[in-house]
Amino acid sequence: MNVVALILAGGQGTRLGVITEYLAKPAVPYGGKYRIIDFAISNCVNSGIYNVGVLTQYRPHVLNKHLGIGRPWDLDIKTGGLTILPPYVSSTDQSWYMGTADAIYQNIEYIDNYDPDFVLILSGDHIYKMDYNEMIDFHIEKNADATIACMEVPINEAHRFGIMVTDSFGKIVEFQEKPKEPRGNLASLGIYVYSWNVLKQLLIDDANDPNSEHDFGKNIIPKMLEEKNNLVAYNYEGYWRDVGTLESYWESNLELLGPLPLLNIHDINWKIYTQSEELPPSFVSNNAKLSSSLISEGCEIHGEVHNSVLFQGVIVEEGAIVKDSVIMNKCIIKKGAYIEKVIIAENTEIGENVKIGIGEFKESQYNKKIYNSDLTLIGFNSKIPSNITIGKNVVIGNYVTEINGDVPSGGYVI
Amino acid sequence: MKVLGLILAGSSKSGIGKLTQKRASAAVPIFGKYRAIDFTLSNFVNSKIKKVGVLTQYYPRSLMDHLGSGKEWDLDRKTGGLFILQPYFKSKDEIPVYKGTADAIFQNMTLLRRGDEDFVLIGSGDHIYNFDFNKLYRYHLSHGADITILTKEFEDKELLNTFGQVVVNEEGRILEFYEKPKEIKSNRISLGIYFINKSLLMELLYSTVPNGGTDIVHDVIIPNLEKLRVYAYDFKGYWSNIKKSIKTYYQTNMDILKSEIRRELFYNKKIYTKLKDYAPPKININAKVENAFIADGVIINGFVKNSIISRGVKIKAGAVVENSIILQDTIISEGTVIRNAIIDKDCEIREGRKIIGENEIILIEKGSII
Repeated sequence: MNVVALILAGGQGTRLGVITEYLAKPAVPYGGKYRIIDFAISNCVNSGIYNVGVLTQYRPHVLNKHLGIGRPWDLDIKTGGLTILPPYVSSTDQSWYMGTADAIYQNIEYIDNYDPDFVLILSGDHIYKMDYNEMIDFHIEKNADATIACMEVPINEAHRFGIMVTDSFGKIVEFQEKPKEPRGNLASLGIYVYSWNVLKQLLIDDANDPNSEHDFGKNIIPKMLEEKNNLVAYNYEGYWRDVGTLESYWESNLELLGPLPLLNIHDINWKIYTQSEELPPSFVSNNAKLSSSLISEGCEIHGEVHNSVLFQGVIVEEGAIVKDSVIMNKCIIKKGAYIEKVIIAENTEIGENVKIGIGEFKESQYNKKIYNSDLTLIGFNSKIPSNITIGKNVVIGNYVTEINGDVPSGGYVI
Repeated sequence: MKVLGLILAGSSKSGIGKLTQKRASAAVPIFGKYRAIDFTLSNFVNSKIKKVGVLTQYYPRSLMDHLGSGKEWDLDRKTGGLFILQPYFKSKDEIPVYKGTADAIFQNMTLLRRGDEDFVLIGSGDHIYNFDFNKLYRYHLSHGADITILTKEFEDKELLNTFGQVVVNEEGRILEFYEKPKEIKSNRISLGIYFINKSLLMELLYSTVPNGGTDIVHDVIIPNLEKLRVYAYDFKGYWSNIKKSIKTYYQTNMDILKSEIRRELFYNKKIYTKLKDYAPPKININAKVENAFIADGVIINGFVKNSIISRGVKIKAGAVVENSIILQDTIISEGTVIRNAIIDKDCEIREGRKIIGENEIILIEKGSII
C-alpha cells in the first residue's frame, strides 16, 4: 500500500495579525519549541508515511528554512522523504496556486512519481495528533472514494467549518461550506484520504472547468456528491485545533499546561519532531517563582512565571512577572515588568517596569476582525521602552522601537 | 591550515566509579543533556576541524550510540568526518588493545598517512571547557613551536599531583615536565591537549612505539624536551576533568548554576549534542523550583533546589530534590527525599524513599529501582 501525504502550507493566516506578516501560518511557533506544521509532519512519520510533499506559497522563507531537507523528521532519505512544492512556471502556463484543488493539480506529476494507491491531503496549520493508518484502514474498509475526518463541534461554531451531513452508515449525503444556517455540527478537519485514481480524474476535470474556484470544499466535494461518489466521514475524537485566530492560538498554547493536558506533547510514544535551536537546559534562579508553565531550553528565569508558555532562550529578569502569556523565542522581559494575557513574537524586548494587559477591555481601533479579545499582541523584533503601560486588546507591530508613552486598551502602534 | 582532530576517549582509569562502570568517561552525562565528549568535539568543530578520529576501547557502546554518524556535529561528511577508531586484531595471537596514548595513535597511522592535514590536535574526551583552538594555532605558529600544549594555573592542591606539571620559561617554552609527581613541582598543569605538526608526530611515533614506548607524555614529550621546542599555551578559562573524582564530577555539574560559567561554556561558541526531541520542561501548579538547571522533557510536580535535572526526568508531587544531579529518564516518585546525591539514568526511586548523602555524595547506579 503506497501513500503520499500532501500538506497544504501556503496559508497566510491573516487573523493572526502581525505574527503572520512575515511568516506563513504553518511556520508560526507553537508550544515552546515547535512550529504549527510540525504536528502534521510528525503525524506522517509516526504513521510510517515517508513520502511527504509540502505545498508552499505565502512567505515561504521561514518555513523553507525550518523544513530544510526534512532532517528532524527523518525525511532526509534517498527514496521519497520531504519535498517542498512551490508554485512554478512551466512552458504552458505559470500561476500561483489558485486554490487547494489547483495546488494538488499542479503537482500531479510529483504524486504520480510514487504511483500511490492513496493520497492523504492535510493542512499545515492544525494542532493534533492522529494515526493516519486508522483513517486509511477505515477508507479501505468502507470502499470509499474519499474519506473526510470530521469532529462534532458546538452548533454555534459550526458556521466556521465545512459541515457534513451523513446517513446512518456514515456516508456523506450533504456538505455545506461555512454555512450561515448549518444543518448539523459534524465539521470537516481538513484531513482527507483519497483513492488516487478517483482524485486525479476529479482534479483534471476541475482544472478544465472555467467556473470552478479550484477549492476542495467549494468545488471538489460538491462535485463528488453530485456524481454519487462514495464519500464517507471518519469520526475523530481526539484533540484538534485550528489555531487560526489569536484567541484560539493563545488558548491552544495554554491548554498544554494542565496537569493532564488534552494534547500531551510529553508522550514519548508519539513524539512531535522539530528543527530546534541547540541551547543548554533552562535555568531557574533562586528568586524565581514558577507554576503551570512550559519553560523551553535556553530560558533564564529570575522572576515569576505563571500559566505561560515560554519558548527557547527567553529571559525573565528579576522582579518581572509573566502571567497567562505566550512568549516566543529570545524575548527579554526586563526587571519589574508585569505581563498578563500577552502574546509576544520572537526577539522582542520588554523594557523595565513596563506593564502590559492592564485596564478595561476596549474595542480595537486598528482592526476589529482580528483584534477583539482581551489579549495584547506584540510583534517581532520590537522594543518596548521602559516605564510605560500598555492596555488590553492592543497591537504593537513588528520592528517597532519607538513608542511615545502609554498605549490604552484597544490602541495600536504599527 | 588543515588540522586532524584526535580525541582520546579510551581510558578505563577513572575516579568516578559507578558512573564509568559501564561507559567510557567520554560518554558520562553532564549538565542535563550533554555527554562529556560534546565539549571537546564541539570545540574541534567550532575551530573548523572537519576530520575527527575518536580513539576508544573501554565500554564504547554508549559513546558510539551518542556519536552515531557525527550528524549532530556536522561531521557526517563526504570528505573527512567522524572516524571511530577501536583497537583491532592484527594476528590471531594478539589481543587487540591500545597500550597507551602513543600506541593508540600509532595503530591508526593510516588515518594520519592518508590525510592531507598539516597538523594534528590531540584532545581528551572527558574535559569540560569552551575554547577556540584558532588561538592555539596562532600561538604555535608565532612561537615556531614543534609541540604546543594547553596548560593552566591550577589551584586545587589536593588534585594537583594527579596532573602533569610543567615549568616554563618567560617566553612560554616548557623546560621541565613532571607526570603526576608526588611532590608539587609547579602549579601549572598540562591539560592533555597537544597541537603538533603531523609529519613530526608521525616521525616521533615511528621512533618510539616500535621500541616499546606507549605514552605520549612519558615516551614522546618528556624525553624530547631539550631537542624539541615544546610550548605551553596558558588557558585562562573554565576547565574541568570530570573523571578525577565524584567530587569533581559533582562540582563541575553544580558550576553550571553560576551565570558566568554558563555564559562561558554555552554562549561563546555553541556546544552540540545528540538531540532527543523531548518536549519543553513543564513546571506544574504545585511545583517549586529554585536555582536549578532543567532539561527538555522534564515534568516537575515537587520541590527542586540547587540541582541539575536531566532530560525526561519526572519529579512527582511532594518529592524533594536538593543539591543533587538526576540523570536522564529517572523517576522520582511521590514523597521522596533526595539530598546530596547523584542518581544515574533510568532509575526509579519509589514512594517515600530517602536518599541522603550526609558527608559525601551518594551515587545510585544506572537502572536501580529503590
